[in-house]
Amino acid sequence: MAEKLLEIKNLSVEYHSDEDILYAVNNVNLTLEPGETLGLVGETGAGKTTIAKSIMRILPAAQAEITSGEILYRGENLLALKEKEMQKVRGNKIAMIFQDPMTALNPVETVGYQIAEAIKRHNKISRNEAADRAGDMLEMVGIPRERLGEYPHQFSGGMKQRVVIAMALACNPELLLADEPTTALDVTIQAQVLDMMRGLKEKLGTSVILITHDFGVVADFCTAVAVTYAGEIIERGSVDRIFNNPQHPYTQGLFNSLPSLEATSRRLKPIKGLMPDPTALPPGCRFCERCEYATEECAKKAPEIYEVEPGHTVKCFRARRDD
Amino acid sequence: MLKYIGKRLLMLIPTMLGIALVVLIIIDLTPGDPARVLLGTNATEEQVEELREELGLNKPFLVRYWEFVKNVCQGNFGSSIMTQRPVFSEMLMRFRYTLVLVVFGTIFSTILGIPIGIYAANHTHTWKDSLAIFLSLICVSMPSFWFALLMIRFFGVKLQWLPISGIEDWKGWILPCVAMALGLMALIARQMRSDMLEVLRQDYITTARSKGLSERKVVYRHALKNAIIPVIMVIGGVFGSSLGGSLITEVIFSIPGLGQYIMTGLNNRDYPVIQSGILIISTLFAIIILIVDVVFALVDPRIRSQYTRRKKNKGGKSDDGTGKEAKKANATA
Repeated sequence: MAEKLLEIKNLSVEYHSDEDILYAVNNVNLTLEPGETLGLVGETGAGKTTIAKSIMRILPAAQAEITSGEILYRGENLLALKEKEMQKVRGNKIAMIFQDPMTALNPVETVGYQIAEAIKRHNKISRNEAADRAGDMLEMVGIPRERLGEYPHQFSGGMKQRVVIAMALACNPELLLADEPTTALDVTIQAQVLDMMRGLKEKLGTSVILITHDFGVVADFCTAVAVTYAGEIIERGSVDRIFNNPQHPYTQGLFNSLPSLEATSRRLKPIKGLMPDPTALPPGCRFCERCEYATEECAKKAPEIYEVEPGHTVKCFRARRDD
Repeated sequence: MLKYIGKRLLMLIPTMLGIALVVLIIIDLTPGDPARVLLGTNATEEQVEELREELGLNKPFLVRYWEFVKNVCQGNFGSSIMTQRPVFSEMLMRFRYTLVLVVFGTIFSTILGIPIGIYAANHTHTWKDSLAIFLSLICVSMPSFWFALLMIRFFGVKLQWLPISGIEDWKGWILPCVAMALGLMALIARQMRSDMLEVLRQDYITTARSKGLSERKVVYRHALKNAIIPVIMVIGGVFGSSLGGSLITEVIFSIPGLGQYIMTGLNNRDYPVIQSGILIISTLFAIIILIVDVVFALVDPRIRSQYTRRKKNKGGKSDDGTGKEAKKANATA
C-alpha cells in the first residue's frame, strides 16, 4: 500500500461554551494520497474549517478541544507532537489559506515582511535572501515584486488573497489547506485565483484540501470529494463518481438544489429542514429528519460507512441494502 | 508628514485664543477680587477700588482679553499680583519638578502596565489573569492621595527608608513617582489587556500562527504592534492630564511644582498666574496630543498613508513600477 500523505482517524472536536458543548466534528475518517486534490464540501457549520484547523492545530485553545482521534501526516501523529515540533510543520509542510483575505493579513506589517517571515522561519537563510524569495513568490502569484514594501491596505481583495496564497506556498508545502479561498472574492477574481492555484499546484506538486460549498469549484479544481454533514463525512469518492452517481440522500439533495441550465422549472429544489443543532445531535443518522428515505432504523442507529464501489464510500443504510 | 505637523502646529493658534477666552470668562464669572485679597479685610472700599484701577481690573472684558493676547504674543505672560515675579520664569522653574514627576510616573506606569496587560491577556481564564484584574481594579479605584499617605506611613515613618516630603535628592522622588504611577499603571494595564484580547481574536493572528511562528513572535510582533495603538492614546492622555493633575501628589509631598503654583494662584485670585498658567498647560497638552498623533502614524501605516501626500500615479493597483513610487513616497514621509 502506498504511503498516505494524510490520514485522519476518528477525529472528534468539541467547542465548549458556558452552558453547552458543541459537537463540531464527530468521528471523522479521511485519507489523502500524495498529489490528490480533495474538495471538502458541506454547508456552513458542517465542521469543514474545524477539520482543517485541527490538522494545523490552530483551533482556539480556550474553547476548542480535540476529544479523540489521530491525524497522521506521513505516518506521524500530529496531535501527539510537542508545540515546538508542530511549529516546524505549520507553514512548512502543511500550510493554510484562509477564507477572508481582508482580515487575514496583519495591517501594520508590509506584505514583504509577512511573506519573508514564513520563509525565514523554516529555512536557514539571511533576511535579505528571505526578502528576495518573498519577491519571487509575489511574482509567482502575479504581483510585481516592487510592491513588497507595501502594506495590506494598499492592495485590493483579490490581490490580498494572492498575497495570502504566496505566503502559504512560500515554503513549498506538501499539503495546502485552502479554506474557501474564493468565497470572499467576486466571480471574475474567483476564476483568476483558482486558475492560479491550479497552475501552482501542478508546478509545485502540492496536495490540496479545498474547503468549499461550491460544487462548481469542486468540479473545476478537485479530483476527489468528501461531503460533510453535521460534523461527519457522509460520502467520499472521486469527483467523477460523486457527480455522476451520488449515493447519500444529502449529496443527491445538494445536486438537486443546484440550478440547472437545461431544466425548464424556475424554482430550485431545496433540501427541506435545517442541519441538526450541533449541541444536541440525534442518536441515529444525523440526516434522517430531513431524509425522504428515512426508516425507523435510521432514527435509532447511526449507519456505518459502506463502500458502494472502489474508493466510493457512503454513510447510509441504503448503500448497505444495495449490496 | 511634515506638512501635516506644520498644519497641526498652526491650528494651535486658534486653540490657544479659544483657551484664553474661556479662561478669562471663567475668571470674570468667579466671585472674589485680587485687590481685596491683597489688601486684606481691613482695607476700605476706596483703597480696594484704587488698587483695582491700578491692576487694570476695571477695564472692559474685551479690552482685558485683547491686552492679554497681545502680551502673550510678545512673549509677556505677565507677573503675579502677589509676588510681582514674572509668571513665565516662575513656571519654568517649577515646571522641572512637575516634569520629572509626570515623566517618571508615566514611564514607570508604562513599563509595568504594558507587560501586565499582555500577560493577563495571554492567561485569560486562569487565576493569573484574575489576580492581575483584581489588583489593577484596586489600583484604579484607590484614591492616589490615600495610597500616598499609606506609603509615607510605611516607607517613611515606620521603616524610615525614604523621606516623607520635599525633594533633596533622588530618594525624595521615589514615593511621589510611585504614588503618581500606580493608578496610571492600572489604567494602562487594563487598556492593554482588553486591546490585546481583541487583537488575539483577529484572523491575522491565526495566519501568523499558521506560518509556524513561535508564540512569542505571534504575541510580541504581530499582536502587540496592533494592540499598542489605542494604548498609546491612553498614555498620551495620561501624560497630558497629569501635567495639570499632579497637584494632589505635589501637595502631599511638598513638591514645588506647577500644580501647587496654580493652586496658590487660584486661592489668591492672582489673575495673571491663573490665565497664563492654564494657557501654558493647555498648550503643552495640545502639543502632547499632537505627538501622540504622530506616533500613531509611525505605528499604523493606514493612518500614515492618510497624511502622506498621494502621488499622482500612485493608483497602486496597476503594475509596473508604481509600487516603487509609492514606496519612495512612504520613505520620504
